[in-house]
Amino acid sequence: MLKSKTFLKKTRAGGVMKIVREHYLRDDIGCGAAGCTACCGAHEGPALEPQPQDPASSLCPQPHYLLPDTNVLLHQIDVLEDPAIRNVIVLQTVLQEVRNRSAPVYKRIRDVANNQEKHFYTFTNEHHRETYVEQEQGENANDRNDRAIRVAAKWYNEHLKKMSADNQLQVIFITNDRKNKEKAVEEGIPAFTCEEYVKSLTANPELIDRLACLSEEGNEIESGKIIFSEHLPLSKLQQGIKSGTYLQGTFRASRENYLEATVWIHGDSEENKEIILQGLKHLNRAIHEDIVAVELLPKSQWVAPSSVVLHDEGQNEDDVEKEEEREQMSRRHLFTPADKRIPRIRIETRQASTLEGRRIIVAIDGWPRNSRYPNGHFVKNLGDVGEKETETEVLLLEHDVPHQPFSQAVLSFLPKMPWGITEKDMKNREDLRHLCICSVDPPGCTDIDDALHCRELENGNLEVGVHIADVSHFIRPGNALDQESARRGTTVYLCEKRIDMVPELLSSNLCSLKCDVDRLAFSCIWEMNHSAEILKTKFTKSVINSKASLTYAEAQLRIDSANMRDDITTSLRGLNKLAKILKKKRIEKGALTLSSPEVRFHMDSETHDPIDLQTKELRETNSMVEEFMLLANISVAKKIHEEFSEHALLRKHPAPPPSNYEILVKAARSRNLEIKTDTAKSLAESLDQAESPTFPYLNTLLRILATRCMMQAVYFCSGMDNDFHHYGLASPIYTHFTSPIRRYADVIVHRLLAVAIGADCTYPELTDKHKLADICKNLNYRHKMAQYAQRASVAFHTQLFFKSKGRVSEEAYILFVRKNAIVVLIPKYGLEGTVFFEEKDKPNPRLIYDDEIPSLKIEDTVFHVFDKVKVKIMLDSSNLQHQKIRMSLVEPQIPGISISPDDISNMNLNGPEKKKMKLEK
Amino acid sequence: MAGLELLSDQGYRVDGRRAGELRKIQARMGVFAQADGSAYIEQGNTKALAVVYGPHEIRGSRARALPDRALVNCQYSSATFSTGERKRRPHGDRKSCEMGLQLRQTFEAAILTQLHPRSQIDIYVQVLQADGGTYAACVNAATLAVLDAGIPMRDFVCACSAGFVDGTALADLSHVEEAAGGPQLALALLPASGQIALLEMDARLHEDHLEQVLEAAAQAAQDVHILLDRVVRQHIWPSPDYPLLQSGPWGCFSPNIPRVSWHRQGWYAPHFMLRTPQLQ
Repeated sequence: MLKSKTFLKKTRAGGVMKIVREHYLRDDIGCGAAGCTACCGAHEGPALEPQPQDPASSLCPQPHYLLPDTNVLLHQIDVLEDPAIRNVIVLQTVLQEVRNRSAPVYKRIRDVANNQEKHFYTFTNEHHRETYVEQEQGENANDRNDRAIRVAAKWYNEHLKKMSADNQLQVIFITNDRKNKEKAVEEGIPAFTCEEYVKSLTANPELIDRLACLSEEGNEIESGKIIFSEHLPLSKLQQGIKSGTYLQGTFRASRENYLEATVWIHGDSEENKEIILQGLKHLNRAIHEDIVAVELLPKSQWVAPSSVVLHDEGQNEDDVEKEEEREQMSRRHLFTPADKRIPRIRIETRQASTLEGRRIIVAIDGWPRNSRYPNGHFVKNLGDVGEKETETEVLLLEHDVPHQPFSQAVLSFLPKMPWGITEKDMKNREDLRHLCICSVDPPGCTDIDDALHCRELENGNLEVGVHIADVSHFIRPGNALDQESARRGTTVYLCEKRIDMVPELLSSNLCSLKCDVDRLAFSCIWEMNHSAEILKTKFTKSVINSKASLTYAEAQLRIDSANMRDDITTSLRGLNKLAKILKKKRIEKGALTLSSPEVRFHMDSETHDPIDLQTKELRETNSMVEEFMLLANISVAKKIHEEFSEHALLRKHPAPPPSNYEILVKAARSRNLEIKTDTAKSLAESLDQAESPTFPYLNTLLRILATRCMMQAVYFCSGMDNDFHHYGLASPIYTHFTSPIRRYADVIVHRLLAVAIGADCTYPELTDKHKLADICKNLNYRHKMAQYAQRASVAFHTQLFFKSKGRVSEEAYILFVRKNAIVVLIPKYGLEGTVFFEEKDKPNPRLIYDDEIPSLKIEDTVFHVFDKVKVKIMLDSSNLQHQKIRMSLVEPQIPGISISPDDISNMNLNGPEKKKMKLEK
Repeated sequence: MAGLELLSDQGYRVDGRRAGELRKIQARMGVFAQADGSAYIEQGNTKALAVVYGPHEIRGSRARALPDRALVNCQYSSATFSTGERKRRPHGDRKSCEMGLQLRQTFEAAILTQLHPRSQIDIYVQVLQADGGTYAACVNAATLAVLDAGIPMRDFVCACSAGFVDGTALADLSHVEEAAGGPQLALALLPASGQIALLEMDARLHEDHLEQVLEAAAQAAQDVHILLDRVVRQHIWPSPDYPLLQSGPWGCFSPNIPRVSWHRQGWYAPHFMLRTPQLQ
């Protein structure tokens, strides 16, 4: 065990300082090969296999390990992540360089290294006595690192020979740097470029497609024409931004026009401005959501956004034509992303025929100056376009929903089965198993996170309890399980699938408050009088035994039937009675009852295809459960805010700005109704009064419109904000406590409450308001994305439904009137759609739009909001990538615009163009 | 872009040590003939010199004398050339006063002061080079110097620092690790009894983690003890078994050092007492 000192000189703030650091070089660092007798070091974690059975490589048939250099790791991470590539040695030198250059790649490498299957080993060569290399005079840091990597590769080869004389095991150095490779070969290290090696893997030809194409030499010779100007060096940019000549902002490509984009300038909130860019040259290879620096043109050259819709059709440009020609003989293809804002990407693949009509993921590698399109490589094949699994996967990816199965590390923190309640669990816990508790949920619900009870006390008051699954008992702060659920943030419910936030063992078994089993719970128990005034509130961790898990319908049936007198039913009746009072009180305070059309699909039990749609039915029991959940949330919010005024996790719903209500007010006025929007209460009241005897559906429509005016409710940390008000619920404070199985916010709230009542111990992150604010940010993002994903899933299933159903005519109401279209709602399906009156190849009808009323006059027919129309629904699959529901007007009839109910000749809807697609950069 | 990684995934620190490992410790006793006791210690690049005088009569005002025990007077100073930037430190600045006070508290707990009432023991410590863990180096040097002076002590006082990074406690922080800004704890231990002579930390650390860090520091202090113990033996009975000045860079992690604390038998303490000057 040797020790050496390195002397470094380092400048800091102008001054030159001599810094002396010790460096201990060790000889107890193992080589990582399992069963290696030469090194004494015990190998921890995933090690290299003693005899790697890797895919046969024609270049090196004997068993071997790979040792990539920094650039290979940085650029070919997609290849390295493939399960076919195993037994890779990652040097510390390489890892450090990667860490300094790209945080995302560093994270991916760490994930791969933690995967036991992949047999990646990180060799700490910088601390190893025999592989440590000192920087020589006149040698720069990069050369030194390259040399260090070669020294390590050489050491490995010699070391492995020592293992046994007839050992065939080799370490193969992978580098794309030609000079480095030559030097390595000179030193007797078997070295290949990444491309050479991957191409030699005859058993895995698909890997070649994943290679990032960085060798631009080929392209450069062929097309010398330079389209784009060079990007400025970073130092110059920073200087320019500092001095104000350049502006920094987020690049947002336009959906309508591929030659146009806007840049959102980051700056102080008032300074927020948008800059328009026009022309390919000015866009200079920026891709949607990039952070860019721009320089303003002289004012004389400023332009207004063009209102033309321009899609990059490509065919009429010479540059692309060449591309198409070449396609015949070579493997180059153009790939069209699903998002129009991302340019097409040139990829190289040998499996073009199999990939046609599939959804695939492609990564962008670079964009040479002479190329019209960026270069990329194929990453993953998701499946056929239109397949249910593929499309689900696509919409999950599109909405950034983490949906991979839980990793071993996460699962290792689950309780061992069979699980039972032990003495230790009972500490700080009340035994409530004797109480008559039941749960009320939608049919088919397996993650039951709430249960209720109600009983009369001796003093005549009522005791009401809300019992929530004690998820925080199983998810301990800081472990992998906790981190994963914090990342997921919420369970995502798609039409035929549920993406769990916590592993199934917890969500559907141990945490689910099923009937007739003992379950841990967190209880909120109130003592109320008969007019639902809270006299006492108590929070406690508890053990409960639910006596029945009912559906809303079953619970309703029990309440309504006159001859049922058992405990559960009386308990339910008590709850129902109180809930009605609570609801009345809440509405008096100005809580809003809004409405949105919710649909539920009836699935075919075998094919999982939707066979029928049904709008959700609301029963008294729904509102009964809701009322108590709201009450529990409010009580808990008060308690945790009282205890942790600086770092309670709360939920607020900001009041919308008055301008949001404009559409609602105008729409109501067209029906001679007045909607007051100054306070939530007046809004609620005016919505209640807005009824029309001849048009019963009007009230629902108004409520749907009102929902659209609202702001998003968000989580926040109480120490970072001072407006706590929840507008929709008219509550001064609110949080989420009642669904810890499917929302991470509730888990945090459970922990806070547990600390507040002394039932659990605290931990540092819990009382760090910045960490909490970060958690809130992630949760808000995940909730929004989950909502979008849900909507997208419903939309996709609606498409499937109408695909099987064919074309149907239905009654619809107009929700909005636009300049050239009307948005209609079909109550039967809860489906919303747009009817366009302008079509590409038809003469435009005469349209007169009035913004004030609002109304749209087409030829001689006038459309108002809430008018009843009849539309025909069909599936438009002319663009395979973006199938959509299409609606056309049937009634009222307008010559040349509306179609007859059984007209089939309308356009070619089923001629998919040949296109492939993609998803993310 | 990314900050310094203090602890790698493989468990190595910036300078190649593992979390619980000490820096290389070298020490020597009796470096100055003039003083009653003296010692020099190197803990990695941190180097400290300690000199002890006494017990002797109270110097200066007699009123300071304590009727029942000896007065322990500690002075800390650091050389102008001890850090990267040369800096003149006026005598008696805040930092050295504080350090002197801490040393005094530490040694009042360890020295059997009641044996020498109305007398004074002076401990002077100077840091020649600072590379993290100055307090620990000072205490360790002073212990050796006190032993060299033959002043009876309850036990060695062994000190070590510990920090906390990514849920792992690191022992014996170097300057780089200290400068990273994490919590740092200094612990002086009486190794035989495991009693704490001084514990100091002026950073925020969560209560739950304290035990872990404390344990790491205590373990490191025990390791320091084994090394100091060898230095003392080496000093008294020079033998070829222990190479001079070389006390094993890896603390107790070297397998050939027996982890026995035989001084518990307590027979060597009187040996030191022989040299104790008889006062009054």
